[in-house]
Amino acid sequence: MSELEIAGCSKYYKKNGEPMCALAETDLHVKNGRFVSIIGPSGCGKSTLFNIIAGLIRPSGGHVLLDGKDITQESGHVGYMLQKDLLLPWRSILDNVIIGLEIRGVSKKQARERALPMLKNYGLGGFEYDHPDALSGGMRQRAGLIRTLLYDKDVILLDEPFGALDAQTRMQMQNWLLDIWKDFKKTVLFVTHDIDEAIYLSDEIHVFTHRPGRIKATIEVDLPRPRSEKTLMNDRFLTLKKELLLMLREEQVSSN
Amino acid sequence: MSDQLKDNEPFIEDPSVRTTKLRRRAFVGQVLVGVIILFLWEFLTRLGWLDSYYWSSPSTIVRTGWKAITQGTLLQDLAYTSGSTILGFVSGTAAGYILGLSFWWSELYSRIFEPYMIAFNAIPKLALAPVLVIMFGIGFDSKVVLAFLMTIIVAAIAACSGVQSVDRDLEKMLVSLGAKRRHVFMKVVVPTTIPWIVSILKINISLALAGTIVGEFISSRQGIGRMILYAGQVLNIDLVWVGVVALSLLSIVMYLGTVWLEHVLMKGRAPKS
Ligand SMILES: Nc1ncnc2c1ncn2[C@@H]1O[C@H](COP(=O)(O)OP(=O)(O)O)[C@@H](O)[C@H]1O
Ligand SMILES: [Mg+2]
Repeated sequence: MSELEIAGCSKYYKKNGEPMCALAETDLHVKNGRFVSIIGPSGCGKSTLFNIIAGLIRPSGGHVLLDGKDITQESGHVGYMLQKDLLLPWRSILDNVIIGLEIRGVSKKQARERALPMLKNYGLGGFEYDHPDALSGGMRQRAGLIRTLLYDKDVILLDEPFGALDAQTRMQMQNWLLDIWKDFKKTVLFVTHDIDEAIYLSDEIHVFTHRPGRIKATIEVDLPRPRSEKTLMNDRFLTLKKELLLMLREEQVSSN
Repeated sequence: MSDQLKDNEPFIEDPSVRTTKLRRRAFVGQVLVGVIILFLWEFLTRLGWLDSYYWSSPSTIVRTGWKAITQGTLLQDLAYTSGSTILGFVSGTAAGYILGLSFWWSELYSRIFEPYMIAFNAIPKLALAPVLVIMFGIGFDSKVVLAFLMTIIVAAIAACSGVQSVDRDLEKMLVSLGAKRRHVFMKVVVPTTIPWIVSILKINISLALAGTIVGEFISSRQGIGRMILYAGQVLNIDLVWVGVVALSLLSIVMYLGTVWLEHVLMKGRAPKS
């Protein structure tokens, strides 16, 4: 059980002496086990919102609640995969993914034992002892996500994890992520700027306005699961896509 | 012929074969150049084209050196000089590293002390040698202190640059995994700064040796530096050369030592591509 509630969170930065709004007051309720996406133009405050939820920055106003408990400005309650893969270049993949366990005080040996089957089952078998710079972008993202999963929190935040990948790899990674989500039954909050990706993965999509970001619309994705490449040809998929395209185009126009 | 391929065998290029061959040839070349230099030195002095009073000669140096080992105190002097060099190098580099790392803990503290570090770096430490010999005596201590002062700031500045190069996002990532400051320090700051400190080990070992020798020049009862000074004063140029050769050999050995240390400290890291 884990319900994430974002209540009126906002963030202002000072720019040239003037307050600049990076995120307008945002309310968001994420129900247990759902896959929820946030889509919006770049610079609208998506990463800022995630940093607030993860407790890395202090909101100018508002609260973050997890199962009713106030976790504003407290880190370590949710799994968070930042926009970059942020693997430590001097550690092997295996030692990278166990770092959350190490911090929690699990011995290196035990942590490795726990991580090895995970790497094997989720597409990193054979890469355990390689260093990150020997891996492709897709593989590094896998390692980053497995690190987040091993940290074992009910809610995980993924900030544009596939943003830098080519279309082919991206599709593979999306299916891989859906498999993991099915196996681990996590609540996922996912940022993307790719409409297809948002629809393909999500139960629910929140569309953000351009800066300062706030939620402009929420769309329920009523496509059946499990999803596959066939989903992309579904009429309902195309209708949703058109709807989202129009909304995002509006944002692009009004920001110019 | 091993290089010849049969028609049905595919050609598989192995770059390591090329580099091994290259390395072997380079080694032969290096030895050859060394031998030629020694021969030229020996024969030019024998023929009188180089004045053997100033230039000595390899054979004389070996003979004088052997006498200095068997009848003199060359080995003890060597131990004395290398002892203070290594002690000063290790303590200076370690202290500088810790000093540089400490700048990560507090922004205020680092801002207060950074200009002083730069100022201290600007002082020619060797010019202080006479004062240090008075302060710490003509024995072992003053040499160690000189080597220490020569190395500490270089290490501190390297560590400080390393600290500044720490990726802020890596810190953020660790904090999101529940890390406290000490975790960030141990798991990100220290590993990030290790290549920075490794990169100055070779510089520091020669600085430490320079500090020690100047200390011995100023005032000492032992050490290769004192031996050279003494030999120069009694116009025993052959013995000066023995001292120079001994210092060169010592310097090579310590260089190899730092290469080994680099290897140990960088173990488990991806080789630089
Ligand atoms: N630390 C900061 N200081 C000043 N401005 C910032 C800071 N972080 C983000 N911003 C600004 O806030 C806005 C939102 O940023 P961000 O959340 O990264 O957007 P997104 O992830 O949606 O692309 C941007 O205009 C960015 O320039
Ligand atoms: Mg972003």
